[in-house]
Amino acid sequence: MKRLAWIALAVAGALAALSGQEKEKATIDIIKPPGGHKLRIAIPEFRGSGAAQSFMGAFNETLRGDVKNSGVLEVVPDTMYPKTIPQQPSDFRQPPPVVETPRSRRDELVAPPNGGGLWMTDWSGPPVTAGYLAFGYTAVVNNVLVLYGYLYDLSRGTPANAQVIGKQYLASSVDDAGARQVAHQFAADIVTLFGGKSLFGSHIYYVHQAGFRGPKEIWAMDPDGKNQRPITHYSSLTIEPSVSPDGSKIAFTSYTKGRPAIFVFSVNPVRNLGFYNQDASMNAQPSFTPDGKQIVYSSTAGSSGQLCRIFIANLDGSGFRPLTSSRFIDTEPKVNPKGGTIVFSSGRSGPEQIYMMNMDGADIERLSEGSGEASNPSWNPDGQHIAFAWTRGYAAGQFNVFTMDVASRSYVQLTHDEGKNENPSWAPDGVHLAFMSNRTGREQIYTMLADGSQVQQLTHDGLNFSPAWGQ
Amino acid sequence: MFLRKRTITTVGLAVLLAMFAAGCKKKVPAPPPPPPPPKVEAPAPKPAAPTVAQFSAEPSAIQRGQSSTLRWEVTGEVTNVSIDQTIGVVQSTGSRRVLPNDSTTYTLTATGPGGTTTASATITVTVPPPPPPPPPPPPPAKTIVERLSSDVQDAYFDYDKSDIRGDAQAALTQDASALKSILADFPNATISVEGHCDERGSAEYNLGLGDRRASAAKDFLVQLGVPADRLKTISYGKERPVCTEQDESCWQKNRRVHFSPPQQ
Repeated sequence: MKRLAWIALAVAGALAALSGQEKEKATIDIIKPPGGHKLRIAIPEFRGSGAAQSFMGAFNETLRGDVKNSGVLEVVPDTMYPKTIPQQPSDFRQPPPVVETPRSRRDELVAPPNGGGLWMTDWSGPPVTAGYLAFGYTAVVNNVLVLYGYLYDLSRGTPANAQVIGKQYLASSVDDAGARQVAHQFAADIVTLFGGKSLFGSHIYYVHQAGFRGPKEIWAMDPDGKNQRPITHYSSLTIEPSVSPDGSKIAFTSYTKGRPAIFVFSVNPVRNLGFYNQDASMNAQPSFTPDGKQIVYSSTAGSSGQLCRIFIANLDGSGFRPLTSSRFIDTEPKVNPKGGTIVFSSGRSGPEQIYMMNMDGADIERLSEGSGEASNPSWNPDGQHIAFAWTRGYAAGQFNVFTMDVASRSYVQLTHDEGKNENPSWAPDGVHLAFMSNRTGREQIYTMLADGSQVQQLTHDGLNFSPAWGQ
Repeated sequence: MFLRKRTITTVGLAVLLAMFAAGCKKKVPAPPPPPPPPKVEAPAPKPAAPTVAQFSAEPSAIQRGQSSTLRWEVTGEVTNVSIDQTIGVVQSTGSRRVLPNDSTTYTLTATGPGGTTTASATITVTVPPPPPPPPPPPPPAKTIVERLSSDVQDAYFDYDKSDIRGDAQAALTQDASALKSILADFPNATISVEGHCDERGSAEYNLGLGDRRASAAKDFLVQLGVPADRLKTISYGKERPVCTEQDESCWQKNRRVHFSPPQQ
């Protein structure tokens, strides 16, 4: 037995050495929870009393999905669950005092007694081996859909001591949407306890095109792909959305007035806030500063047209000044969420690469390694990592999503051999990425964890591009 | 006249009879003087026919389309003066402006108790040579869209470049002439110089690259005399490909500058 273990270790070590060029630091730092390894939680299917039962498919899908997607907990598959599911604290039973393991006459082991699901040890012991149990049920009370949700810490021995969450959640409607809403809220409470950040309430803004060469509009959707809805109706080319740090505004580029120009909108309500565009053939790629009071963007203003420079301006476009002065194409400026630096794409050394500079435009340095083409930089909320698109190892145009630790310049490739993967955008939780991929033949928007796992397709209709994930 | 003679004879006889009757009753006086011969009215002297003192056309030779004036004067005893050629009854003296299409002879007829007099005046009308026919209408003018499509060709670029390479220089040189002509024929138009890219680079970078291509092409044309304020550059990045195959032949077709009327 021991020898096998040593061989396995040696093989694993060899494999690790071979995978060699990429340094693993970037990924592990991002998604490893403070404890070291992910805690296991059991989430059995909740049932609904009476009329509530018809919404429980949506509820369970959302609750499980949100907790799993948080990346801070491992959800135990329900094939391992006991037969009987507790729905309220009073369902639990105490096991009888421990007795000697009974043996048959032939000295065979007999299965130890269990509670069929109503003992805490049914969940904390094998095969479930969970540290936590989420349970409860829903009902319609006075025309309100109510969730009674509980979270037990199974290490605490008795139900009386185990409750960590015991709460009523009230939905704003008696339907699938209401069921999803309370599931989102319950999951958010659970995930927050483990250092995770709920994505509930965040939004993904993106570009939607109904058919090839048709108009492009800005749309919004929930992080699970639900509630897809248009924001703009220009019937033109409207592209390149970005979100303000507090989620109250978006900025984007549109051809609606002829040449590409920048627009700044509030999202609740949807309203054009007005932005002064310099007289230029192109004003594009706007994004917000961390305090949400300024816009950085790319413009051909103030030149014979040969220059595409980065500018900074007030939220309404006034007070603009250039930050770069190269005679090449400087685009896609993105300000560090912690302030101080700006990353951008530039063709100043040939094929596009990713650069960083400080807020005055000084201290320009190249972040990307220099091969292929690197573009679409996006800051992690921690201000220390970026995600970007890179053709390294592939032909021109065949982008994959990478993450990079800016201080060390170490990088990790997240997508492989699956079409073009571009425009990564970090979620507010710093653990998820949205990105665009044409792996199915048409451009669609996907999410994944920062280690490249748990890829989910969010859009299916038409063509969808350029996700921007914000509050 | 005949009747009058009979009456005179009857009256004369009656007078004679009356005188014999009166003389037979007394002595025979000296024979009375013979009765005066019966009074016979001399027939009125026959009047002369009217005289056409003048009947002329002035001028007597005209070109078709010009006018002439007829003048006439009829003297004597006149009861009716008329001129033919639809002029009709006129005063004895007068004038009339006429516009005959062809050479015409006007006849004046003056009638009076003494008879009828005619006179004529001829206007000779010469036909000037016809004016030359109007030139045929010009063929319907091509719209600016048609002119751009047929006369102005796209220029092409290398990957990730905005330099005007050799074949693009030749194309843009021809385009300069065509554009100058079009801009002269359409004095209010500006023309869009569109910059495009192939699908490989990021959409954001390609927006900038397309702009550089459009600017480079515009600068080249302006140096050849195309007015700068009539050309407007716009980049479409890789948003408007003309083909979608993933091979160099299609990619080259997309790396282009294209000319179109400006959007409204």
